[in-house]
Amino acid sequence: MALRHEPVTAHRSQQGRVAAGALALAAIGILIGGAFAGLAVEAVQSWQGAIAAFDSYLLRAARFTLVQAGLSTLLSVIPAIFVARALARHPRFPGRGLILQLFAVPLALPGIVAALGVLALYGRAGLLAPPLSWITGETWQGIYGLSGILVAHVFFNMPLAARLFLAALEAVPADQWKLSAQLGMGPGAIFRLIEWPAIRAALPGVATLVFMICAISFTVVLTLGGGPRATTLEVAIYQALRFDFDPARAIALTLVQVILTAGIIIVLARLGASMTGDANLPTTSRRAVFPSSGETGLNAAVILLALAFVAGPMAATVIAGLVADLSRLAREPAVHAATATSLILAALAAFLCLLLSIALVAARRALEIARGSPSPGPLERLTDTGASLVLIVPPIVIGAGWFILLRRFGDVFVFAPLMVVTVNAVMAMPFAMRAIRPAYDAASARHEKLCLTLGITGLDRFRLVDWPGLKRPAATGFAFAMALSLGDLGVIALFGSDQVKTLPYLLLERMGSYRTADAAGLALFLGLFCLALMFFAAHWAREKPWR
Amino acid sequence: MALTSSKGAAVELASVAFAYPGGAPLRFDLAVGPSQIVALMGPSGSGKSTLLNLIAGFETPLSGRVMIGGEDVTRLPPYGRPVSMIFQENNLFGHLTVEQNVGLGRSPSLRLAAEDRVAVGEALARTELSGKEARLPHALSGGERQRVALARVLVRRQPVLLLDEPFASLGPALRDEMLDLLSELHREHAMTILMATHDPHDAERLAETLVFIENGSIAGAGGAGEFLSGQGSAAFDRYLGERKLRR
Amino acid sequence: MRMKLFLPALALGFLAALPAAAQEKLTVYTYESFTSEWGPGPVVEKAFEAECGCDLEFVSVADGVALLNRLRLEGGSTKADIVLGLDTNLTHEAKQTGLFAPHGIDLGIIDIPGGFQDDTFVPFDYGYFAFVYDTQALDSPPQSLKDLVESDSDLKIAIQDPRTSTPGLGLLLWMKAVYGDQAADAWAKLQDKVLTVTPGWSESYGLFTNGEVPMVLSYTTSPAYHRIADGSERYKAAPFSEGHYLQIEVAGRTKKAADNALAARFLSFMTGPGFQDAIPERNWMFPAGKTSNPLNPVFQELVQPAKTLLFPPEEVAENRKAWVDEWLSVMSR
Repeated sequence: MALRHEPVTAHRSQQGRVAAGALALAAIGILIGGAFAGLAVEAVQSWQGAIAAFDSYLLRAARFTLVQAGLSTLLSVIPAIFVARALARHPRFPGRGLILQLFAVPLALPGIVAALGVLALYGRAGLLAPPLSWITGETWQGIYGLSGILVAHVFFNMPLAARLFLAALEAVPADQWKLSAQLGMGPGAIFRLIEWPAIRAALPGVATLVFMICAISFTVVLTLGGGPRATTLEVAIYQALRFDFDPARAIALTLVQVILTAGIIIVLARLGASMTGDANLPTTSRRAVFPSSGETGLNAAVILLALAFVAGPMAATVIAGLVADLSRLAREPAVHAATATSLILAALAAFLCLLLSIALVAARRALEIARGSPSPGPLERLTDTGASLVLIVPPIVIGAGWFILLRRFGDVFVFAPLMVVTVNAVMAMPFAMRAIRPAYDAASARHEKLCLTLGITGLDRFRLVDWPGLKRPAATGFAFAMALSLGDLGVIALFGSDQVKTLPYLLLERMGSYRTADAAGLALFLGLFCLALMFFAAHWAREKPWR
Repeated sequence: MALTSSKGAAVELASVAFAYPGGAPLRFDLAVGPSQIVALMGPSGSGKSTLLNLIAGFETPLSGRVMIGGEDVTRLPPYGRPVSMIFQENNLFGHLTVEQNVGLGRSPSLRLAAEDRVAVGEALARTELSGKEARLPHALSGGERQRVALARVLVRRQPVLLLDEPFASLGPALRDEMLDLLSELHREHAMTILMATHDPHDAERLAETLVFIENGSIAGAGGAGEFLSGQGSAAFDRYLGERKLRR
Repeated sequence: MRMKLFLPALALGFLAALPAAAQEKLTVYTYESFTSEWGPGPVVEKAFEAECGCDLEFVSVADGVALLNRLRLEGGSTKADIVLGLDTNLTHEAKQTGLFAPHGIDLGIIDIPGGFQDDTFVPFDYGYFAFVYDTQALDSPPQSLKDLVESDSDLKIAIQDPRTSTPGLGLLLWMKAVYGDQAADAWAKLQDKVLTVTPGWSESYGLFTNGEVPMVLSYTTSPAYHRIADGSERYKAAPFSEGHYLQIEVAGRTKKAADNALAARFLSFMTGPGFQDAIPERNWMFPAGKTSNPLNPVFQELVQPAKTLLFPPEEVAENRKAWVDEWLSVMSR
């Protein structure tokens, strides 16, 4: 009889982890609460904006937000399932490692770079315009409108979702693969009986993440949306805070955005199913997968199609970047300074992000173990999807709110780097948590009782038991968080950027001063940094297998 | 350092009531004398593991008391109780060496003094694992892994040892070997042993006393020999089926 | 008697010397591209510091709108002595914050089409909005705004969103100035020529130089950049017969610096050649004051608007929301 997944009653060792998680939650709460408090201070003077916010414009923006984010999620997640499955069934597919690393790059690209990359293919003057004109029988006018938004969002999120699903598939115990091979299950049966349950368990989390990323997408929506028909809540919030300077309205709109998203998350959560029962079985990388030659061909086609879709806009970015005077750029002190700033801030943000994520994941697991009922309590929910709702609060809201608060306590400029690090860390948390949680939960299911009998608690437990198993996913989480922070612009916009001039900032600055070629060169640098990051993360994790 | 200082402690469950969320209530009254060896038998789901979990402290009773060595341990965490436990699987940390896994029994932070290392060495020698100190668990056989767990029990020197179907995945010869090793260790250290098992052979080879658990409570207790030869209860005979020992 | 006069004189001398010894500092808030290394900032800083023996510090935010917001957020506790880079569409709202003090300098040497009078803000440069086109993609650009609106060719343009961008708002006002009450109908006709509406100027111009659109909303001075910096005559601005909408960029001093002689000195320095020389080929706008040398001849060859269009700041502030809403409802159809 295997060690059952029984609840083990709460003890002090759990309390430590719950406390750490509560601390992390408090930190996040302070970040968001502080921002709202700051804005509220300004808002009380003209609170009417909050009521005036509820007009037909809001209704339209909310509807479009839901439609575009919902469709984007659907179109990203469904193909991602098949791409992940194809990759899972071919562990030795040529260039598989590189493909996975490439899949992380879109995340680090600023919206406008990705949009230009997508347009280089599907735009009015894009590479594919002639064949598309021929197919449609009229001059191709580009993919502006909902379709453009969807293509760009799928470019951003399908690779991310595929990576996350692949991680879920790779966590399926080796015995199940062996069993399926021995029983002679066909691909259909394997999908239904083994792959789908694993994917279904990961589905709500992945879909939630993608939905949130699409809901808050800004530059892509405006540039590719083609006009104000494509107005999302995020645009309305930005407009309220930036052009109208109406904090009350901004708060009201942000709350609408958070509540709507929370509603979607609750619906998505029902799609999932818990699959922790076999978590204690050891997983190995040697999987007994024996796809038929026909299936191999199909899988290869799926992988190559996905690769072409993702690599196309990236290749366009590279080609545009090569036009730039790269050697001059690489020697410019301004570029060096921005690179150093970006890397340092991103590394700090990623570190903080990892710390917060591990605390929350550990707390969630401790609460799950301690709970006396089959359904999670409010604190457990908070440490899980609750915390990731942070993603939906626009950085400009956090930035503005804290700006108002901090100026009472001293020089706001001093806080700027701190703000950038904190906000980026928190924004990247939903990604890092998704990387870490499965490994942590599986290790916990295996070792929980043993740790209890031996009295291994607190930091000892983290050092000896948890960390060795977490190293690999933590490296992935760190790289993801760093890539995200590298590409982020949001918070800096309101704080003076003099001290925190990052690479994407420099990029936009050059673009804003007619230096388009420089901007393209910097986009290439950004992409390369991200690729290098993913490579090192994969390498470092592989170097010392903990098993 | 000699490994003979430990002694058995009496284990007592006084009107212990427990229930899993949404599950049927369980109720245990049991007294095991110091240094006794008790086999816990009963159908799957009858509550054998739960009984061990209650003694080890993984579960807290809704009411009643758990006493070890005459002291009330009901509210103590697992690591505060004078108990060692061996599970069927997952007794070892996969990323730690054999020596480290045993060393954890001396120091949960793995900061080992010289005398701790000596104790670990002796325990590994006693369980015939000398020379395998630096191995990782995946390079060991199933029997060796359980012996590492036993070595850790030795260095912990707790007066109570709980075993939850520890040898269920071992072959017959290996199983006998492990049972004999356990008997020897019991002779040397005289700890109180409670072992959950499905195999009447285990019970016969090791235990003096047999406790039969059914539907979440103790349905009978007595000499292992009597029970196993069909002089226990009708319910126990039904549980044993054809495996009743012929003497 | 002489002694009695001497002592206060000495004290005054000390007082005057003290800030100089501690390097008196002037903090100027401005927008980013002004302070970037190829912008006017570095040159202006050097010139002014050499003249005043003080320390000029720039603090930059994204653009003019961010500048005003930054000021609103900081309120009375702002560190800014000078705010440089608002345009006339923002000055009314800026005045209403009550954070600005009168400039108190003579605007006589300011030369702006249509003239300029204001007691709070001093202009430092100006430019005209224009549609810039790619000569390799477009042979005969529209001759007027009306031409563009009414054209039934498959011409496509990229414009900016008036909700998020200054040139975007500029086009909105341009249309309003030309079409008045008929602006909504004009927008409806223009709509199918609009390939996309981007959040800012950079995105539109990026699409334009990438060849995605043959024509983009920008400034009459944009071709000057391509001719002087790239030596290319490929991009040209299309002259529109109705005239072009004017953007005037201004600076003002905050209440905090109301009595700061250095702030006043900076504002008058701003209207002189030490500052103005840096404008044409670093900010790619027309200087509002005299430069030491005539402008690069390229600037003379740029589009000379037949008429200058400009709404008074109060009218813009009053109507902005209604006009943007009108634009929204038409363009959302």
